[in-house]
Amino acid sequence: MRVLAALSGGVDSAVAAARIQDDGHEVVGVHLALARADHVSGSRGCCSADDARDARRVADTLDIPFYVWDMHEEFTESVMQNFIAEYQAGHTPNPCLRCNESIKFSAVLDRALGLGFDAVCTGHYARLIDTATGRQLHRAVDPAKDQSYVLGVLQADQLAYSMFPLGGSIKDDVRTEAEQRGLLVASKPDSHDICFIPDGDTTGWLRERLGEQPGDIVDAESGERLGSHQGTYGFTIGQRRGLALTTPAAEGERRYVVDVDVATSTVFVGSAELLGIRVIDAIEPRWTEVPIEGSWEGSVQVRAHGDALPATVTVAATASGIALRIELHEALRGVAPGQAAVLYDGTRVVGSGTIHSTTP
Amino acid sequence: MSSQVYLDHAATTFLRPEAQEVWLETASQVGNPSSLHRAGRLARRVVEEAREQIAAALHVRPSEVVFTAGGTEADNLAIKGAAWASPERRTIVCSPIEHHAVLDPVEWLVEREGRRVQYPRVDTIGRVDIDSVMELLDNDVALCTVMWANNEIGTVQPIAEIADACRSAGIPFHTDAVQAVGMIPVDAALPGLTSLAVSGHKIGAPVGVGALIVDRDARLEPLLHGGGQERDLRSGTIDAAGIAALGVAMEHAIRDQVELAARLTVLRVNLVERVLSRISGTRLQGDAGVKPSERLPGNAAITFDDCEGDALLMLLDAAGIACSTGSACTSGVPEPSHVLLAMGVDAMTARGTLRFSLGRDSTQADVDALLEVLPEVVDRARRAGRPRIASST
Repeated sequence: MRVLAALSGGVDSAVAAARIQDDGHEVVGVHLALARADHVSGSRGCCSADDARDARRVADTLDIPFYVWDMHEEFTESVMQNFIAEYQAGHTPNPCLRCNESIKFSAVLDRALGLGFDAVCTGHYARLIDTATGRQLHRAVDPAKDQSYVLGVLQADQLAYSMFPLGGSIKDDVRTEAEQRGLLVASKPDSHDICFIPDGDTTGWLRERLGEQPGDIVDAESGERLGSHQGTYGFTIGQRRGLALTTPAAEGERRYVVDVDVATSTVFVGSAELLGIRVIDAIEPRWTEVPIEGSWEGSVQVRAHGDALPATVTVAATASGIALRIELHEALRGVAPGQAAVLYDGTRVVGSGTIHSTTP
Repeated sequence: MSSQVYLDHAATTFLRPEAQEVWLETASQVGNPSSLHRAGRLARRVVEEAREQIAAALHVRPSEVVFTAGGTEADNLAIKGAAWASPERRTIVCSPIEHHAVLDPVEWLVEREGRRVQYPRVDTIGRVDIDSVMELLDNDVALCTVMWANNEIGTVQPIAEIADACRSAGIPFHTDAVQAVGMIPVDAALPGLTSLAVSGHKIGAPVGVGALIVDRDARLEPLLHGGGQERDLRSGTIDAAGIAALGVAMEHAIRDQVELAARLTVLRVNLVERVLSRISGTRLQGDAGVKPSERLPGNAAITFDDCEGDALLMLLDAAGIACSTGSACTSGVPEPSHVLLAMGVDAMTARGTLRFSLGRDSTQADVDALLEVLPEVVDRARRAGRPRIASST
């Protein structure tokens, strides 16, 4: 097949491309220029000139053609602006899912197919398993690296043209393999931050764009004013740090962000008990294979690096569209609207929704 | 994969065998041309002979030839050198269709030194409007710079008229002749022409050597300080081997220019005619002239409606055909041509434009090979998607 290998400049996508080349596919490497961050040097962020160069050198080592695709306009519109809008609405977005959904497995995939490629290959840790009934998306075998969560927004027509060669591998082995293959990126550290915020200071990044929006920090139960903040976008449900409270808590009590009200620019804090929720209402469902109907038993994961918890999911039509009501069998703390709720049946990804609201 | 059909001679062209031979021969001798002993003198002699060859080819005196490491350095020396020599004059008149080797030093002077740049108008085929230039020449102008001919669209500029206007106004005039030398007649002795940049690898010498042809009385501050070579204008050990190759290449290029221009014009006209008639939604940008000296003989910029230039490049590359779009940024993202934008072409059209440039080694077979794959390539690129509207450039 003619396969487009997305090369980020990191070790995972490099080894993925090498493996499919070994399998006999005709591989072309493409680096996606998503954020115009040429002033950012060093290899921490995505899409710096260093990353482009590293990706190019991987292509050289594999002796495959290499191009850079400029997707910064689409990325700005679909991912970065959505990120800002979500924070403005008091939600906690996950930009990696948005990027996979609208850039990597949409704009890039469409372009690749249009130009005559048969598939797009990435270094994501996840497994695709073809069965008689269709193609399934499963967790990777390396639980520490499993990225099936961020791929939980992909649907059948996207997965049909995807390749994830690393799903059956352990990360350490991938690094070793990279060394053996002579890929210089073998020793490059993984990037952990949001790719367009390479220094990790999300609050600072948002402050530059939204300005300071001061407000009060208030006790969720008593209504007592406990301090002030410079912008609700600096807070996420479940957050414990960064609360500059003028009134100290009672002995031994930890306080957490339990709610955020953008309209009044108020951040509500309370004890851990207040964080416990049982029901998650999610919107914009995406189905990996076939949609669930009615009621379903399985597990749900609400954070990129979190456990999947048993839940009963009910699909219902509402005035605004189809919604998912997720009833957890045990209370969970720290669930932020805007994040994805990804549904699993064992290791198999069933689908996902965007968390809209929660109920204790 | 089939062997490459190379249609990107404006980017660089094949090293002439004669140039390679003299380069290797000279490089195998030891001797710094600035040394006083015999080894140095022999190296120096090679350099001075090349200097005379180049001077003769361009109708100037040997003392007016300053060797550099290429066209970009020659342009930088001319522009920054003239600006720094006239600190009291804050304005630079610069055409908007210059190569980045001219535009960028000018922009740098504006940003770093608070100078001012004035861009004369260009028409829809990319010719600089002489009246527009003359309007801008006042006694705050330190330098005027307009290229001899444009690499993307092939349009030749009214250099003699601009030089004359600058002379009357007492303003130094620099021209980047990098693409013109060897393709159309270039007379570096034009009255009013203060300096002219030449690039080795565009005429079959190696990459890494070029020259700035500059008036004996021109005032230029050097970029490089050191051993004082090239009349203090360009310090650094003289690259005897590169210069020897440049001399030979220049001699051949000038000698062959008329025949080459005629031959490439036939090929280019054939290429353009066939592309425009065979593929719908195509048009030529720039000068459509068919006479060999009216415009650069071998360059053609063609717009393909409803496709992205970089998709076309990728598909052509896969089919073994090399050409280009305007330029690329450092990481390799193709950008819409500033030349086309300056001509009033909209960003979407600019993004769908390819540049084909023929050279010494080009044959009819190359043009035929292009026409064989291009229709299908354009078809597929059109199906892959329209260019995105650029929000800003």
